[in-house]
Amino acid sequence: MRFVFKTDYDQDIRILKHSGYWWSYGVLLAVLIAAPFLLGSYLQSQLVFVFIYAIVGVALMILTGFTGQASLGHAAFLAIGAYTAGFLQSHGVPFIVYFPTAAILTGVVGALVGFPALRLTGIYLVIATIAFAFIVEEVLARWESVTHGNEGMRVRALDLAGIPVPRDSEAFYFLCLLVLVGVILLALNLLRSPTGRAFVAIRDSETAGKSMGIDLAAYKVKSFAISAAITGMAGVLFAHKMTFISPEMFTLLLSIEFIMVIIIGGAFGVHGAILGAIFMVMVDPFLTALKDDVPVLAASVASSFGMAQDAATQLQDKLSKIGSAAGLKGAIYGLIIMMFILFEPYGLYGRWLKVKLFFQLFPLYKRATFKRQKTYVKSERNR
Amino acid sequence: MSFFTVDGISLQFGGLKAVDNVSFSVAKGEIFTVIGPNGAGKTSIFNLISRLYNPTSGKLFFEGRDITEVPPHQIAKLGIARTFQNIELFENATMLANLLVGRHCHATTQMWQEMLFLPSVRRAEKDHRRKVEEVIEFLDLQAYREKLIAGLPYGVRKVIEVARALCSEPKLILLDEPSSGLNVEETDDMSFWIRDIRSELGITVLMVEHDMTLVNRVSDRVLALNYGKVLASGTPSEVQAHPDVIAAYLGA
Repeated sequence: MRFVFKTDYDQDIRILKHSGYWWSYGVLLAVLIAAPFLLGSYLQSQLVFVFIYAIVGVALMILTGFTGQASLGHAAFLAIGAYTAGFLQSHGVPFIVYFPTAAILTGVVGALVGFPALRLTGIYLVIATIAFAFIVEEVLARWESVTHGNEGMRVRALDLAGIPVPRDSEAFYFLCLLVLVGVILLALNLLRSPTGRAFVAIRDSETAGKSMGIDLAAYKVKSFAISAAITGMAGVLFAHKMTFISPEMFTLLLSIEFIMVIIIGGAFGVHGAILGAIFMVMVDPFLTALKDDVPVLAASVASSFGMAQDAATQLQDKLSKIGSAAGLKGAIYGLIIMMFILFEPYGLYGRWLKVKLFFQLFPLYKRATFKRQKTYVKSERNR
Repeated sequence: MSFFTVDGISLQFGGLKAVDNVSFSVAKGEIFTVIGPNGAGKTSIFNLISRLYNPTSGKLFFEGRDITEVPPHQIAKLGIARTFQNIELFENATMLANLLVGRHCHATTQMWQEMLFLPSVRRAEKDHRRKVEEVIEFLDLQAYREKLIAGLPYGVRKVIEVARALCSEPKLILLDEPSSGLNVEETDDMSFWIRDIRSELGITVLMVEHDMTLVNRVSDRVLALNYGKVLASGTPSEVQAHPDVIAAYLGA
């Protein structure tokens, strides 16, 4: 086990606390840089989606994990970023201009959504953000002069100062990676400064935060604005990756997927956002594969155990019917969320930390180390 | 004008008068205690001073300035810090993070500077840390820097709350029942610290307290309340001998 001997306040301020992290993150970055040259185009494309989901994950982590304000409206912020990019690009605005413009515009909208958050908490805030998402969806469908309504909008390949960057190119992959790393650095910097601590204070005790000199209204709005702006950046990349955007892509289900990213990954750190993004991007192809393979597999197993051929075919039909039932994906997502909240509320990253501690303490790890228990210290608060 | 004055303040919740025309003033460098039975309005007065409640009538003056209309988040900046009766720490953060939040009213950096973590932000962070370390030293909290509050015992949390208030370098500190839930030994430590806060740091102390041993040991002056009204004020022994106070506690 490593013991970090501290001799300087800088050691507590640093993002990478000791030399071991330089090695591990250096290797990770090297692998990610080498990846597009080693992987096939399918996996490279999946990685790009992981990056985009992870950017949104970091945004939600700031808002939900650190400031404690839940949002089911992030699909709408993604849509605003995507449509701003599509619209400005079609009017000949270059990428280096419309990328920040989309972020700023989404940030401003986010700040406006943040205002109701001053008075709403918990489930009511979630409802307000859902309402906002529906409004945005409807506006996108109706404002045909800008968004082409339900027909959707074609987004041309990204043009970086005259060099075209098609969606499947290595350059696009690196652009997404760069944005992700940049966003992570900005977020980490923010979270180790007064603003980040103010966010945590709002999450844990608004009353105490107020008495410590934190302007709740300002910081809630700031948190919403930053979260939205980051999601807007992801939206630009998303638009270029999809090459076609339409209102029905930015539904409630997408917002739920984003919330799942941080619930599954763990909302208390950047690692969680990334692990959650990997999980969410992988779960879809995995479910599709299951849908195709399980009925065939079940039928062949059943017939090998002596089931009649007719009955086996019937079973296969029935299973594939269940597999292609509408809304099954949503139900499975719901189940996954429930399982994580019940059994691993700290998400995949929390699980990883436990595994890590197990090996660090190897023969001495106690099973009760992370046992959850009720504490009765907290009494009612005056909100 | 005295250091801190409460002038005829009242607070009404519908028909209930929680605080009824209470006036007192605290001199600089004093330890002033408010006592009274449960529901007498002691914590309500604190919430009025830290502006969590708006008074129905009356005024508050701090260093000659009317602070009745100042928004709650600016109170800390003026130099008034407080603790809470039921501990309001940031549970899922380390003690260090909690104490650094205490420095928030001295934060000068802008959000964009923080996002880029410019050298000015780093310098400010180190200054905050240095001040926090002084408070950690003062209250003997060295063992808990990296510990999450959620895992710390009650007695330690109580001290950390005082530490967080001290980190904002206040001129006036409001302690809401600093000894509640503490054992005899911890209460002793607390009484020494309260006196040190006044004598070493030069901070005026206004506190609410039930433990009369502690009150007698540290307070210069005491104010007794019941049903939101002032019963008596004066030195601890004067107040304890006052017939109305005895009636309020023991029944007439």
